[in-house]
Amino acid sequence: MLEDRDRIFTNLYGYQPWNLAAARARGDWDNTKDILAKGQDAIIQEIKDSALRGRGGAGFPTGMKWSFMPKESKDGRPSFLVINADESEPGSCKDREIIRHDPHKLIEGALVAGFAMRARAAYIYIRGEYIREAETMFAAVAEAYAAGLIGRNACGSGYDFDVFVHRGAGAYICGEETAMIESLEGKKGQPRLKPPFPAGAGLYGCPTTVNNVESIAVAPTIMRRGAGWFASFGRDNNKGTKLFQISGHVEKPCVVEEAMSIPFRELIEKHCGGIRGGWDNLLAVIPGGSSVPLVPGDQCMDMPMDFDGCKEAGSGLGTAAVIVMDKSTDIVRAISRLSHFYMHESCGQCTPCREGTGWMYRVMERLRSGDADVSEIDLLWDVTKQVEGHTICALGDAAAWPIQGLIRHFRPELERRIAENGAMREAAE
Amino acid sequence: MPKLTVDGIELEVPQGATVLQACELAGKEIPRFCYHERLSIAGNCRMCLVEVAPGPPKPQASCALPAAEGQVIRTDSAMVKKAREGVMEFLLINHPLDCPICDQGGECDLQDQSVAYGRGSSRYHEHKRAVTEKYMGPLIKTTMTRCIHCTRCVRFSEEVAGVDEIGALYRGENTQITTYLERAAFHEMSANVIDLCPVGALTSRPYAFEARPWELKKTLGIDVSDACGANIRLDSRGREVLRILPRVNDDVNEEWISDKARYQVDGLTRRRLDAVWLRRDGKLEKASWDEAFKAIARVKPGASIAAVAGDMVDCETMFAAKALLGALGSTLLEGRQTGMDYDTSNLAAVNFNSTFAGIETADAILIVGSQVRTEAPLVNVRLRKAVKRGAKVFLVGPEWETTFGGEFLGENLSVLNALPAHVNEAMAKAERPTIIVGGGAIAKGAIPAALALGETWKVVREGWNGFNALHLAAARMGGLMLGFAQDGGIADLVAAKPKLLLSLGADEVDYAKFADSIVVYIGHHGDKGAHAADIILPAAAFSEKAGTYVNTEGRVQMADKAVFAPGDAREDWTILRALADALGVNVNFDSFEELRERMITAVPALGVEGLADYGKLPKAKKSAKADGVIGYPIRDFYLTNPIARASATMQRCSAELLHGQDFAEAAE
Repeated sequence: MLEDRDRIFTNLYGYQPWNLAAARARGDWDNTKDILAKGQDAIIQEIKDSALRGRGGAGFPTGMKWSFMPKESKDGRPSFLVINADESEPGSCKDREIIRHDPHKLIEGALVAGFAMRARAAYIYIRGEYIREAETMFAAVAEAYAAGLIGRNACGSGYDFDVFVHRGAGAYICGEETAMIESLEGKKGQPRLKPPFPAGAGLYGCPTTVNNVESIAVAPTIMRRGAGWFASFGRDNNKGTKLFQISGHVEKPCVVEEAMSIPFRELIEKHCGGIRGGWDNLLAVIPGGSSVPLVPGDQCMDMPMDFDGCKEAGSGLGTAAVIVMDKSTDIVRAISRLSHFYMHESCGQCTPCREGTGWMYRVMERLRSGDADVSEIDLLWDVTKQVEGHTICALGDAAAWPIQGLIRHFRPELERRIAENGAMREAAE
Repeated sequence: MPKLTVDGIELEVPQGATVLQACELAGKEIPRFCYHERLSIAGNCRMCLVEVAPGPPKPQASCALPAAEGQVIRTDSAMVKKAREGVMEFLLINHPLDCPICDQGGECDLQDQSVAYGRGSSRYHEHKRAVTEKYMGPLIKTTMTRCIHCTRCVRFSEEVAGVDEIGALYRGENTQITTYLERAAFHEMSANVIDLCPVGALTSRPYAFEARPWELKKTLGIDVSDACGANIRLDSRGREVLRILPRVNDDVNEEWISDKARYQVDGLTRRRLDAVWLRRDGKLEKASWDEAFKAIARVKPGASIAAVAGDMVDCETMFAAKALLGALGSTLLEGRQTGMDYDTSNLAAVNFNSTFAGIETADAILIVGSQVRTEAPLVNVRLRKAVKRGAKVFLVGPEWETTFGGEFLGENLSVLNALPAHVNEAMAKAERPTIIVGGGAIAKGAIPAALALGETWKVVREGWNGFNALHLAAARMGGLMLGFAQDGGIADLVAAKPKLLLSLGADEVDYAKFADSIVVYIGHHGDKGAHAADIILPAAAFSEKAGTYVNTEGRVQMADKAVFAPGDAREDWTILRALADALGVNVNFDSFEELRERMITAVPALGVEGLADYGKLPKAKKSAKADGVIGYPIRDFYLTNPIARASATMQRCSAELLHGQDFAEAAE
């Protein structure tokens, strides 16, 4: 179990104020100038050495992502850092806690990361529904400007760096990096085709890196405490600490910072007071937010909660938004609800996702009531396969995976409902 | 030049090509809906998926993927086939499949590709989506339930037309393509979205339920509604031309045509002159050809005969008239009906020398007295491309809504005499400086001043001639090449007081000035010229005769005959040939081939399709000054010629789009 002294987010629960004075007391903005003085390449190397993987879901190595940014501008275009605070994944709520209670970690991280990738400014794109959080963010940025921590000659380092907070309008798809860039530019939030990748042509056509709030917020602490310290947690390829967000049928749902690779059972026992009704009552777990396949209860007990561990279990770590479902859950209905979410949030740009999400949801709804034919389970599987991997962005995959997980693990349940419904109909006739 | 392999075929493709283009070069057909050569890449239909190694283990959209060295592309693997079938199924689940009542039937991309990739039957048992129809104006009929959201129409209006009028509302499966506030799409090229639409969502409103494509005879023609000479295809059934579509010609119209070129077609069957008319006691009465020729013979004009060519006549007609007048001993020929009298001794000075394709590469453009958007919509498209590439545009003339920005310098031509310093600097420093003199400025005598400016800025240089005159009449350059120009313009004809005036479809002439002449109108529509005529000889419209046309670039193009002229109407040259007999002279041709041969002997350039060579620009007079407030000649884009004026569609466009009249959809 992670010890208190190894926690990065020391005010995760808001026991202390979020403001600059309190943040400074917790060690934020402590001689940031010295971190910057190490130089851009040293910072990127340190992040690479820490083996930090992106915390937004895909788990791309953060240091490597930063190193894709141009070392110098050949045509006068500036570079930008975009921070993805459009946390809309059902189950995910870690960025909210960071922004609520530790916004200065994020702003300092923005400066460090932005400096390292030679960005002119950072845009924090915050989810529209996070109203109070956006207010906190605006206030915190204003505080940092007033204290000379960002802006011209940020922290006395001689580097000019601006931070802008931009509020979204509540579209899930704007959490996709290129859709976020489109939205920032004032256009309809629809993902762009890649290539060109944002590191080549992103926001306003300039080199851009889009990072998750958590990836950015942990950067200053890694710089202070060293890559070795950060890399001492977790298994190989899955280093560091991570904010886990456990919701659902546990005794005490919570957001908690833990070392990577902690076994699922330990995570739940230590921080959440166990499963409601005991471990025998566990039906299934969605370990990484709504867009990854579920894992049946009996297969996830000893699953290490990290990228590889979840992958081996046929799922993914995603944002580490652990959704726990006990046996009182109507699992088909739960997944059907997720299907509805993806149908609602599909941007409608490309065909498979636009047409497929609606089709999947409607079949799911019929499977929920059993008003279907057994062959339609295979049809649904086929449809998910036709969507998966054929779309511009990953929303198509995200819509397909939960259903695939359901069919893979709960096919008997689906068949039972169809059979029961058929029997009832026969009885009525 | 990346080298790659497509289905085992090794080939080299040009730098910057996409995988889709590479596959096409290898002779592989890639199905597509959203991809279009002339629009930006959207990559959203997902129909063009191919398997590419190296790359992720999933199919890639070939339209958006750059071709790279060493790629191994498969277009025929099981994975590709399955992926495309999947996309096709998705496209069809919410498509109404109402092909039997859809105007796109027979020329529908979705139909064609579903033959290759569609399933035999549907697996979709849910309710289909329905979308309300959107009003897009008098030209575009919408059935949005059929829309597959390829966004070609959106990209066309944004990128090519330059007006943000069409867009997508809502998201996910509720996405709807519509115009802004469901107002009519209003620009001169709007109907091109009908051709672009791969399905039957946007179809032609005037052509609705008229015909099936396989019933139509296709004839290659040249548009005469403006001086651009757009390449068109006339689709006819029986004796009626039912629709006009653009042909691809990258030098002239790419693959667009203006709404007028497309929809004046119904004017070809309305207000037609299909009988001979004679004026007796001030009243026009029907007569026979024989009576008419006898009446003309009675005039005994001798050499006192003049001819005015209209804006839409072909070179053969003009040459036949010239031959007739020549045989009678007259050279009183004129085509500039409104009284323009610019110097025509050197045709290079009144030609669009940059060419349409060339103007795209211009980097500084001075437009003098041309409302390009209405006068030559196809040139407007090219100007927009030039501006996208970074060209600066300055305009002289009353302000109008450009689609490419630009700076208006003033309404009076006198600004040319003392241009602002930044304009002079931009033009002088440009690598490809360009001057465009439009009809409004030519009428005010701006050409000498423009030539002088051109010399100062060296608009003629190695591989570049940036001096351009932009005419409005399809017959203009051909007429000038055939000598339909007097030094003093039409005033010379008036001064000569001819006994007989031949009007070759000339409807813009002020006939009051020819009150003492017997006016013989040889034309096809009962318009201004016919009203003023003493004798009306019904002739053929552009669709009813073969002919040679020269566009404002000096590009010689030939058109074929699509249908026969109605009633008693005859092809123009036969009328002039018969007239020669009536007047007792010999014109030395008895067939169209002979006529064309004689014309080519007289003006060899008219025998070669392509750009005519007019030689070098004349030396400019340094002292040339210009003065006068510019007025644009086109007041109503939709009603500029007798065919368009007779067209119900064009009248409706004019009333609704230009004059804001409301047309309630009748009882819908």
